Amino acid sequence: MIRDQGLTSKIWRFAVWAVAGLFVINLIGIIAAVVVNSFATRWLGTWLPVGLTTKWYFSAWKEFQLSSVVLVTFQVVFTVVIISGLLGVTTAYALARRDFPGKRIVVLLFLLPLLIPPLTYGIPLATVLYQLGLGGSFWGVVLINLVPSLPFVVLVMIPFIEQIDPRIEAAARVFGAGTGSLFLRILLPLLLPGMLAALLLVLVRTIAMFELTFLIAGPTSQTLVVSLYYAVFASGVRAGQSIDAMAVIYMVTTLFWLILALQFVNPTQIVARAKQQPAE
Amino acid sequence: MSTPSLRTRLAMRGLDGTTLLVLPGLAVMLGLFVYPFFYGLIDSFAPKEGAWYANYVAFFSDPFQYRTIGATLWLALPVTIVNLAFAVPIAFRVRLMTRQRLLTTILVLPITLGTVFVADGLLTFLGPQGWFNRVLILVGLLEAPVKLTNNYWGVFASLVITGFPFAFLLTLSYVTGIDPAIEQAAATLGAGPRQRFMKVFLPLLVPGLAVTFCLAFVQAFAVFPSAVLLGAPAGPTRVISIAAYQAAFEQYDHSLGSAIAMIMGGVELIVVMLILSVRSLFYRGPTGGTKG
Repeated sequence: MIRDQGLTSKIWRFAVWAVAGLFVINLIGIIAAVVVNSFATRWLGTWLPVGLTTKWYFSAWKEFQLSSVVLVTFQVVFTVVIISGLLGVTTAYALARRDFPGKRIVVLLFLLPLLIPPLTYGIPLATVLYQLGLGGSFWGVVLINLVPSLPFVVLVMIPFIEQIDPRIEAAARVFGAGTGSLFLRILLPLLLPGMLAALLLVLVRTIAMFELTFLIAGPTSQTLVVSLYYAVFASGVRAGQSIDAMAVIYMVTTLFWLILALQFVNPTQIVARAKQQPAE
Repeated sequence: MSTPSLRTRLAMRGLDGTTLLVLPGLAVMLGLFVYPFFYGLIDSFAPKEGAWYANYVAFFSDPFQYRTIGATLWLALPVTIVNLAFAVPIAFRVRLMTRQRLLTTILVLPITLGTVFVADGLLTFLGPQGWFNRVLILVGLLEAPVKLTNNYWGVFASLVITGFPFAFLLTLSYVTGIDPAIEQAAATLGAGPRQRFMKVFLPLLVPGLAVTFCLAFVQAFAVFPSAVLLGAPAGPTRVISIAAYQAAFEQYDHSLGSAIAMIMGGVELIVVMLILSVRSLFYRGPTGGTKG
């Protein structure tokens, strides 16, 4: 480890930490502002609210019909996770194990949705789905959410599968394992950690996916984040504390899965492609 | 000798039962991504009225519409540059930390919570009575609260809050991928901190930074919910995604909506290509220090 001891190095180091610290403080301030406001009786023109109450959670739960919204959110998210998990792992297995003509184009096809802004492909796709009569429906929301999540699973799983030695599979074949038992008793246990990580990340991303769900969701197929958007958009109609109570409910549902996901992955993997990092 | 069977010949080229596993996933992508994309492209050339190019003429002749391109770039480019400019030095510091986990966990929060939540929080936090203005008045930097929401700076702030952690975590993953032995070698040969950064790290990092810039730019360019909630969606922060959304789902003109979506993709593609072509001028090679 190299440590420079000069004065300019020290000033520079201090400046860098100061900027990083300021960012973290502001970030915590933003989240704290939402949480504090959701418990406030009245908060106007003071540092902290006059009194604390939990009544906004009850009123938000009723006003925004959150019991059905939360239910729909989980139905959508788990359906997306199951479908993109099944299709993504099989596709990633083929792409990791075989080299076939046109493979580069297929890989590019799975990269594109992550590079193009969601609205660019979302608007034509939503138009097609509306014409098929899926607009505003549960399956419309699921289908539009598959477009970013399936490639995500594929791209996370390819390097994970590549690191599993194909000779293990060959050995199982030699000892007489059929395709079924090869998959169940050899591949599945080896793939499980990677699958769990990929699927939890898809889950977190789908809960927070606003743009695409917003284009297609109807009154009965709204997810939490879309309801939150409409509430903030029409703020003034309802008490700000009620909206923030809903935001906290949204935050808790997201963070629950995020914390679970972080048991299996490094935070950097949420943005970067899964890398084979040495065990710590 | 007879020629090998068709099955054997196909297997030689990598086509067998395992390869077929790619088909279900591929079918979904063709149905939900490729087909709608071409559908939208053709749809954009079939306007409600007028010649086949009428949508594009309508967009580029109406200042209310074509100015959205400038408004979007005016937000996305400065934000991306600021985010990256802060991400690189901080990533270089954090690389030396032994316990990065707490910091990276905090920074991953705004990415997972998403722009809608951040916009909601910023409305309170940056508001005239919010903590941000109060602290600045308390330390004496300000006389009266400044207006930071429902204008350009509100959207800017939200893009920094969600974009900086994204740029930082990507940069960190590239920086930690560089073998520390390379830096030690440079230091042994007498290079100071500035020289080590400019002559050793930067050339190795340029490919990664170009990719980070592109991904961060794509995110900022697609800004939508925060431009509506925190900005002035009829004025200076009427970004191109708002124009596309309004055309498609408020005026119910899916043809014009698709046309604007295509223009949006095109502008973004041009910027990404420019950055990647700059990257190709720099060194590309291994960043590991070990032998073969």
